[in-house]
Amino acid sequence: MAFVNFQNVTYKYPLTKTPVLKNINLQVNEGEFIAVMGPNGAGKSTLCYALAGFVPHFFKGEISGEIEVDGKKSSESTLDEWVLNVGLAFQNPFNQISGAKYTVFEEIAFGLENIGVPRNEMKDRVDEAMALTGIRDLADRSPYSLSGGQQQRVALTSILVMRPRLLVLDEPTSQMDPIGTREVFGVVRKMAEEGMTVVMVEHKVEWIAHFADRVIALNEGQVLMEGKPNEVLTADLLPEKGFGISRYTSVARQAQQQGLWKQKQLPVTLFEAAEGFTSKGGGGSN
Amino acid sequence: MNIEIKDLRFTYPTGLEALKGISLSVNAGEQVAIVGQNGAGKTTLVRHFNGLLRPSAGSVWIGDWDTSKYSVAKLASRVGYVFQNPDEQLFSRDVLTEVAFGPKNLGYEKDKVDALVKRALSLTELNDQTETNPYDLSPTWRKMVALASIIAMDTPIVIFDEPTTGQDAVNVARIANVIAELKKEGKTVITITHDIDFCAENFERVIALSKGEVLLDGPAREVLGQEEILAQTYVDPPQLTRLGKMLGLKATVINQEEFLNALK
Repeated sequence: MAFVNFQNVTYKYPLTKTPVLKNINLQVNEGEFIAVMGPNGAGKSTLCYALAGFVPHFFKGEISGEIEVDGKKSSESTLDEWVLNVGLAFQNPFNQISGAKYTVFEEIAFGLENIGVPRNEMKDRVDEAMALTGIRDLADRSPYSLSGGQQQRVALTSILVMRPRLLVLDEPTSQMDPIGTREVFGVVRKMAEEGMTVVMVEHKVEWIAHFADRVIALNEGQVLMEGKPNEVLTADLLPEKGFGISRYTSVARQAQQQGLWKQKQLPVTLFEAAEGFTSKGGGGSN
Repeated sequence: MNIEIKDLRFTYPTGLEALKGISLSVNAGEQVAIVGQNGAGKTTLVRHFNGLLRPSAGSVWIGDWDTSKYSVAKLASRVGYVFQNPDEQLFSRDVLTEVAFGPKNLGYEKDKVDALVKRALSLTELNDQTETNPYDLSPTWRKMVALASIIAMDTPIVIFDEPTTGQDAVNVARIANVIAELKKEGKTVITITHDIDFCAENFERVIALSKGEVLLDGPAREVLGQEEILAQTYVDPPQLTRLGKMLGLKATVINQEEFLNALK
């Protein structure tokens, strides 16, 4: 039995005319790291909200089908039960930061306070989580004095500290520099290795290819494709539907037409591209 | 209209020294990208251009105006600033009111306001959304409303703070198109970005900041080829630049066309 199980999930917000999620079927195994990608308006954030229980418990609206996490049905749970298992880092960290705390340290401790974790354990867990995401030096800063990328790290840390069994991340690196992005992917991969199940919405194709186990391509509320990162990320269908793809894939596709790329498989990462262009029969270097 | 920055220093009230002596000049009509790690001082720097922040030391000149002597409202006629987060910027009930707010406040005649609003809406592909409440739009389209409301002010200098954050490929292309149109009109465009491929494909000059100082400043090709120096501020060269280097191409390539030509 999959850890996350969506069966024929269709969902409409209270004020929209058409469903945002249309008959979604999705299974995620425990400890699996899934990347969700898709154009704006595909339903990615709504999918995150459905995983985190905000859809439909907070947003209301009309839902059909069944959402299960760890064998528990969303329809039979309350939001406060649900969030003990599932943590969501919002797309915009500004919307997540509580506004009730003066320092980053307190902000990260906020969730633990709310579930009554003893003071000493709380301190240790906050320290540990901050070390994991590399933000110890921000501990005494105000959450509002941080740059966008730093705020995103704080938002991620405040979820990781709760040790959810399912971690849902909605574009967690959108405001980060490349090193920050790589580190976040690394941390998330590590969490998955330790058994945490991860669903991450991301546009950064090269890092998805490096780190994720499986990719779901979402389009207009439906699953367009799913499979191994390399298969999905190099599919001709993606650019046609407005998905962002790796520059390595698009340059190799064009090179293929000019006879400069002779491999069957298109590349997603730098290494794959370099290998493909230099290997026998590929385009040569000069 | 030129921008002249002379030994600009800025320290936040918390004691954080964000800018440690920056000197730069930007000529009228230049397209400049500012890159650098989180916390490098990128947003702090550009917020000096429209007076949201005032120098602790040194000076910022917008044309013949010393920003320390002009109000934010006054500077708004010369410098348009599109916030990183559109939600910090939007406040009107409908898109039309939002986009018309800027030019109206600059005191333009009704006909001029109408013409500017129309052009801004068509550039951002928002023509059919004039009556929509900005908050009923997706974050993507809210970003386009934020862009439109600044473009409508017709300032000679336009600043974008991470315009492509959270945008899909289609919308990134739309934003690139807006920047190209502003360039045609002779506007100065200054953009903060972490999207180095977007930077390589749309900007002629790149400034890399690191820890409150200018690390590199020059034509995009020269700056983006400096892999080791860029690494100091956590910036990777564009994907195809890295690939070109790995394949041993002699020249620094920064886009698809250059890469394919170099392969032949």
